[in-house]
Amino acid sequence: EVDLEERLGELDLRSDSDVPDVPPPTDSTPEILKRALSGLSARWKNWWIRGILTLAMISVFFLIIYLGSFMLMLLVLSIQVKCYHEIITIGYRVYHSYDLPWFRSLSWYFLLCGNYFFYGETVADYFATFVQRREQLQFLIRYHRFISFALYLTGFCMFVLSLVKKHYRLQFYMFAWTHVTLLITVTQSHLVIQNLFEGMIWFLVPISSVICNDITAYIFGFFFGRTPLIKLSPKKTWEGFIGGFFSTVVFGFIFSYFLAQHQYFVCPVEYNSETNRFVTECEPSELFQMKKYFMPPLLQAVLGWETVNMYPFQMHSIALSTFASLIGPFGGFFASGFKRAFKIKDFADTIPGHGGIMDRFDCQYLMATFVHVYITSFIRGPNPSKLLKQLLILQPEQQLSVYKTLKSHLVEKGILQPSLRG
Amino acid sequence: PTSDDTPEVLNRALSNLSSRWKNWWVRGILTLAMITFFFIIIYLGPMVLMTIVMCVQIKCFHEIITIGYNVYHSYDLPWFRTLSWYFLLCVNYFFYGETVTDYFFTLVQREEPLRILSKYHRFISFALYLTGFCMFVLSLVKKHYRLQFYMFGWTHVTLLIVVTQSHLIIHNLFEGMIWFIVPISCVICNDIMAYMFGFFFGRTPLIKLSPKKTWEGFIGGFFATVLFGLLLSYVMSGYRCFTCPVEFNNDTNSFTVDCEPSELFQLQEYNIPLVLQSVVGWKTVRMYPFQIHSIALSTFASLIGPFGGFFASGFKRAFKIKDFANTIPGHGGIMDRFDCQYLMATFVNVYIASFIRGPNPSKLIQQFLTLRPDQQLHIFNTLKAHLVDKGML
Repeated sequence: EVDLEERLGELDLRSDSDVPDVPPPTDSTPEILKRALSGLSARWKNWWIRGILTLAMISVFFLIIYLGSFMLMLLVLSIQVKCYHEIITIGYRVYHSYDLPWFRSLSWYFLLCGNYFFYGETVADYFATFVQRREQLQFLIRYHRFISFALYLTGFCMFVLSLVKKHYRLQFYMFAWTHVTLLITVTQSHLVIQNLFEGMIWFLVPISSVICNDITAYIFGFFFGRTPLIKLSPKKTWEGFIGGFFSTVVFGFIFSYFLAQHQYFVCPVEYNSETNRFVTECEPSELFQMKKYFMPPLLQAVLGWETVNMYPFQMHSIALSTFASLIGPFGGFFASGFKRAFKIKDFADTIPGHGGIMDRFDCQYLMATFVHVYITSFIRGPNPSKLLKQLLILQPEQQLSVYKTLKSHLVEKGILQPSLRG
Repeated sequence: PTSDDTPEVLNRALSNLSSRWKNWWVRGILTLAMITFFFIIIYLGPMVLMTIVMCVQIKCFHEIITIGYNVYHSYDLPWFRTLSWYFLLCVNYFFYGETVTDYFFTLVQREEPLRILSKYHRFISFALYLTGFCMFVLSLVKKHYRLQFYMFGWTHVTLLIVVTQSHLIIHNLFEGMIWFIVPISCVICNDIMAYMFGFFFGRTPLIKLSPKKTWEGFIGGFFATVLFGLLLSYVMSGYRCFTCPVEFNNDTNSFTVDCEPSELFQLQEYNIPLVLQSVVGWKTVRMYPFQIHSIALSTFASLIGPFGGFFASGFKRAFKIKDFANTIPGHGGIMDRFDCQYLMATFVNVYIASFIRGPNPSKLIQQFLTLRPDQQLHIFNTLKAHLVDKGML
């Protein structure tokens, strides 16, 4: 009987070239496409498949945007689950650990725990009025962290009890693999949803900038590419990188201009408990109101205008596009390195011509975190409904003392008129 | 196997005993030394405790990362040692920044550079982390990709375990030293008691992973720890220096533990359930409410805490190492002593947040002040309506 531990131990220490390849995923291009393109040569066929699928994905994207926030949330959740599944499956194939006792159940269980924790935190914040009315939900919300922790601990103890002699190392690897995957996919997807609730524009502009950067960097590289950018991805070139950067900034600028005009994109998503639907209606914040900006003298000479009417948000879009073009690609390089390390061509074969869902979303993850940190640092402070929820949990004496402090502050600032009654 | 670094002094003093008894004595002496050390730093106060927690954290991180190097023979990987320490620094910067902002609020607002660092704290931390991430990507070298990704994953999981837990411990400490001392003591007591009960009465093995553990030790340790927790809490609840939250006094620029003890730490009469009345002979007993909580803490330390130990045992078997390191003679590395503590720290933190106190009022006020005026007004009015509803206004 081959000792799996010994074999794995040797596997770890061999240099990359000695490691056997993970078998390539099967080709899942639909029959329809294959027949339609059967006349073309292989290279053009690949081009066409990629092109058609790109258009298909962009159309699905627009359709979902039209359908509204709730569908978008579902879409984000589905993508998260699929990405998680893809990465875990790669782990199984790398370690030949598909038959490890309990492990498939434990991976899905931890995914469930992670999502329960995050959705509980999010739902409680945004659906405060909905939650207040239902007693059982109140209990779940109040002790949410404890319940989530208890659920996680159960999984942890199950893992310890499932440890089997001769498979210890494999099981620890899969445990760590699961946790790192959860960290990447689940936290990012929840940051995406938080961004979405801030306003659909904070969801659309970053994602579009990354996609635009992907496409324009490819096009610039195709026509002008000469100097290689990084050994990790030999197809990337400096010309593509720089050309992509400038095009993405311009694209983001123009795209923001159009989106900023519609309340549908600009307003925070709120849940209306009477109609039981999401609404996006509000007084647009000053970020989305036209302002006159004075052009710096340098640009004045070039363009011939002295002032320009812009939305302040467009300045922020420059920051977002810059990040998407300069740092976003590092997410792609990371994924390329990962694929080379584990000798796989694509994460999966879900999308014909493009690979798996992870292949499309590898640059998006860094972007989601950046947008979230950007919003909390520069755009708004803490979430008001979350603050309110926490205030209502305090002890009555604490609430009273907080009330008095707030009142004196508001009176001082002139926001509240001082009254004779307490 | 790691080399024997028992100090020469001990070696000479115990040279005539047989090797089994010598091992026993070494372990015993070191146990007493560690417990004495624990008491000394408690005496020295919160600041020293925080420093010790920080040192333990760094040592644990170092031990686990070194194991990774040994497993993968990756000590010479380009950049990697630097990157591991850099990530440790980033994550500590992030957590300490959040803690400092919460607890030293007035101090931070006074000093201009600190105020800006605190306002954009998350952004700065994220930028620092990203720099490390990009450096990692740029450091990827052909033929070493897999090793580098392994070490990257290893570093992140280690950070998750070691750094987050140590910060939860510090949060518990700020809640009141009793929330730091009682859980840690319960875990140590459970270790020792389970060992003793196992030594004298142990017959039925508990889990294949750790053949030395027995059911008798487990159950005996459980009851002994609950009892110990009750007694220790009783003694500590009487002293303000243990029960009061640690606060930073802006005028004296030092930590103070002075307050009106909360009702958790005020003696109350409890009616003994009829079952116990016949056994013990009393009708009522005077206890601190905190002692009831200590039962929950001791129970967790005895029943779930050992799973942390089993996890560490499994880890050591998986990577074929006897101990995490050889820092403490007879006991192994720092991680060997602290493996059960990690789950405990998280549990205590979640317990406090769920059952003891709600959110921190001063933190809430702080957040309120950063909102827009219309949001402030909305919240103020909702709070007012709520208080009127409750009859407080």
